[in-house]
Amino acid sequence: MTTRNNRTSLLLTLTEYGLYCAVGDFYIDPWQPVPRAVVTHAHSDHCVYGCQTYLVAQAGEHVCRMRLGETALLQTVAYGEATYLNGVRVSLHPAGHILGSAQIRVEYQGEVWVVSGDYKREADATCASFEVIPCHHFISEATFGLPIYHWQPSQAIFAQINQWWRNNAEHGKATILYCYALGKAQRVLAGIDASIGRVFTHGAVERLNQAYRASGVALPETVYAMSVGKVDYRGALIIAPVSARATSWVNRFGDHASGFASGWMRIRGARRQRAVDRGFVLSDHADWDGLLATIKATGAERVGVTHGYTAVLARRLLELGIDAYAIETRYRGETNDASEAELASET
Amino acid sequence: MKAFADLYTTLDETNKTNAKIEALRAYFQGAPPADAAWVLYFLIGRRPRRAIAVRKLAEWAAQEADIPDWLFSESYDAVGDIAETIALILPETGAVSELSLHDWVEARLLGLQGLPEPEQRTLILQAWREQSRQQRFIWNKLITGEFRVGVSQKLVTRALAEVSGLDEATLAHRLMGQWEPTPAFYQALLASEVQDAQISRPYPFFLAYPIEGDPAATLGEIHEWQTEWKWDGIRAQLIRRAGETFLWSRGEELVTDRYPEVVAAADQLPDGVVLDGELLPWKAGLVLPFAKLQQRIGRKSLSRKLLGDVPVIFLAYDLLEYNGVDWRAQPLHQRRAQLTEIIQAFSQEGPLLLSPLVQVDSWAALAEQREESRGRMVEGLMLKRIDSPYRVGRQRGDWWKWKIEPYTVDAVLINAQRGSGKRASLYTDYTFGVWDDAGNLIPFAKAYSGLTDAEIRQVDAFIRRNTLEKFGPVRTVKPELVFELAFEGIQQSSRHKSGIAVRFPRILRWRQDKPLAEADTLATIRAMLPTEA
Ligand SMILES: [Zn+2]
Ligand SMILES: [Zn+2]
Repeated sequence: MTTRNNRTSLLLTLTEYGLYCAVGDFYIDPWQPVPRAVVTHAHSDHCVYGCQTYLVAQAGEHVCRMRLGETALLQTVAYGEATYLNGVRVSLHPAGHILGSAQIRVEYQGEVWVVSGDYKREADATCASFEVIPCHHFISEATFGLPIYHWQPSQAIFAQINQWWRNNAEHGKATILYCYALGKAQRVLAGIDASIGRVFTHGAVERLNQAYRASGVALPETVYAMSVGKVDYRGALIIAPVSARATSWVNRFGDHASGFASGWMRIRGARRQRAVDRGFVLSDHADWDGLLATIKATGAERVGVTHGYTAVLARRLLELGIDAYAIETRYRGETNDASEAELASET
Repeated sequence: MKAFADLYTTLDETNKTNAKIEALRAYFQGAPPADAAWVLYFLIGRRPRRAIAVRKLAEWAAQEADIPDWLFSESYDAVGDIAETIALILPETGAVSELSLHDWVEARLLGLQGLPEPEQRTLILQAWREQSRQQRFIWNKLITGEFRVGVSQKLVTRALAEVSGLDEATLAHRLMGQWEPTPAFYQALLASEVQDAQISRPYPFFLAYPIEGDPAATLGEIHEWQTEWKWDGIRAQLIRRAGETFLWSRGEELVTDRYPEVVAAADQLPDGVVLDGELLPWKAGLVLPFAKLQQRIGRKSLSRKLLGDVPVIFLAYDLLEYNGVDWRAQPLHQRRAQLTEIIQAFSQEGPLLLSPLVQVDSWAALAEQREESRGRMVEGLMLKRIDSPYRVGRQRGDWWKWKIEPYTVDAVLINAQRGSGKRASLYTDYTFGVWDDAGNLIPFAKAYSGLTDAEIRQVDAFIRRNTLEKFGPVRTVKPELVFELAFEGIQQSSRHKSGIAVRFPRILRWRQDKPLAEADTLATIRAMLPTEA
């Protein structure tokens, strides 16, 4: 972007409710109910219940609806289409994180801010791919903002999952794969080889599968595990949220192997702490190189870092000559110093 | 290296004992002896002398990854394991080494010893570039020597027993003492018959479990049991063979040089004798506090003054070998009778003494004796079935320890360090403080265990949010959380700020109900000190 004179402009400011645009009078991913919210995606730490109106990407309508309920006032807008709020130009652009995830582009008097929300750079069959949006001021997430986080291509991870599932099936076992119910579960479903065996789901996953299918995303056939009577689960794959682990819910599946699909599985200690048999390193967030490359690609003069290892990423960016600062997040559990256990829900 | 890396990954990825044994069995069945010997060596916790400081490895890895030191430290803080952090930050090259494990160890790892630093650096960087990420991790572990993969020596022994058809006790015995990880050693280990040429080799120790419940209700007639005090020293084995004496600690360390007074006496033992017993600091017929023995542990040069201040004795419990014959299968009463006869030849002043029996004719009388443990400076009682053989390792049934109830105090968490192994990414090693008269919290004990996984995560999160300062790996924490601690013994100590040293401190429970101000005071704890100490 070309340099502007007005470097001290604060088109977006941090308030106790979250990022606020005073001119446009709206909040981006507010933490508490506000009159007007522009929301990057449906994960609970970005999409708070109880706002008067929401602006979301069209692709995310069904999943946001699932979270916010029938009565919420939801305004949707196609990716790239402009909306004006009090004269501020607002548009949403694919973030590649989950279905309907968006970066929020805010433009006023020639000044452009982009709030990334959560994002990843690798293509994902269940959502539109990230687009680099040039801007003056970029606000990036930093969930995996450490150089130890480096992702392999997802095809390699799906191949690992398939091989593991096949092997378990050959040994007459069921396979339970834990993952985040919104986004990761559907990405896994779209990536695995469903010809290996039947696929069952936990209720939390199945509801979101329906929202994905209603949005036109192709997923293999899944069966809600509670909807069927006594079933022989040997050879089957069961997709469930982490919260179901170590509950009596898993008893019905008999002899099984368990795995967890998450970026946190990159670290051995994180997997062992979770007490699952296998960890699959599959994340819906950008890895370290992805964060640095994206931030550079936006051409932003100033970069705010939020969500995760904020202080680390901001410090590194400063060393690399990029004017960056850390933004305090509301959730204590999501500060850069939180333990794996708290972060493992990976929202 | 690939087979070992795969084995390591499999062991690391399962929590199930059977799956671990199966993986070990499969590995040892197919592995060339030259590799298998090293795998065995590393898995049971042995390691060659470290050639390179961990700090250097970290520095070189950060340079190779082109990241500053602070960013390496942040990464390490998240991972909690230096070998793993290095493997994760190094740029991926796509290379996979085909070199065998013993080549990596013998030609590459051992070759690093004593080289000038720039050459070591070149060799290390070259090695990393040849390896896959998983191989780098293993290689870094080989260098740092910290193999923790949830495999005990017992588990390895079990797998080897399945591979060789030998019984576990034979293998455990052959793995004791000093040996070199050579193909010849490995082959001899698994051979059905072996001429045991090694005169220094100790037997595996037989260890007792704590008794559950009331012995009167569960152990039957008291006259079927030999009862002794449970002493608080260093369990050891004294070997006299072929005119030589060897003294082993339970940690499988040869400590012959450290206790010259014991060795001098043992030289008078008949040949072909092995004794199980306890090293104890002892003066004028009385045991001294364990803290005294600590002055002798690890001390290579022994001054005349120290030998005079803290004389050490060997208190004999059992006879494992007599006339060069393995006596472990003999019933305890026979071993004890023979042991008594051997020890009778020695002075009653020490340093070779017989563990006295606690002679009682009822469980009730024994319970009364146990109440006197603290005054006698022992930890309680040992109960041994009189017809029991001397078994291998920790086993239930024939031997029990009946310890006295621990002391307990409520103390405040004041600083924390990371754990190790599966808890390396969490803060699990705590220091606790108690109040002094001036209202300051004085560090009083460290404890590592006693909380559930869920509590550990909660406390970890608290520590991260309430860190006041960081000193290297240690974080000082805002005083807020109160825990009930238990410990076995208490002594005055000039080496501790509190003036007190405790034995085996551990966390009993988290007192979420207890306000900070109500934690115990140093004065309360001082009142627990034995009167004569
Ligand atoms: Zn998020
Ligand atoms: Zn998210």
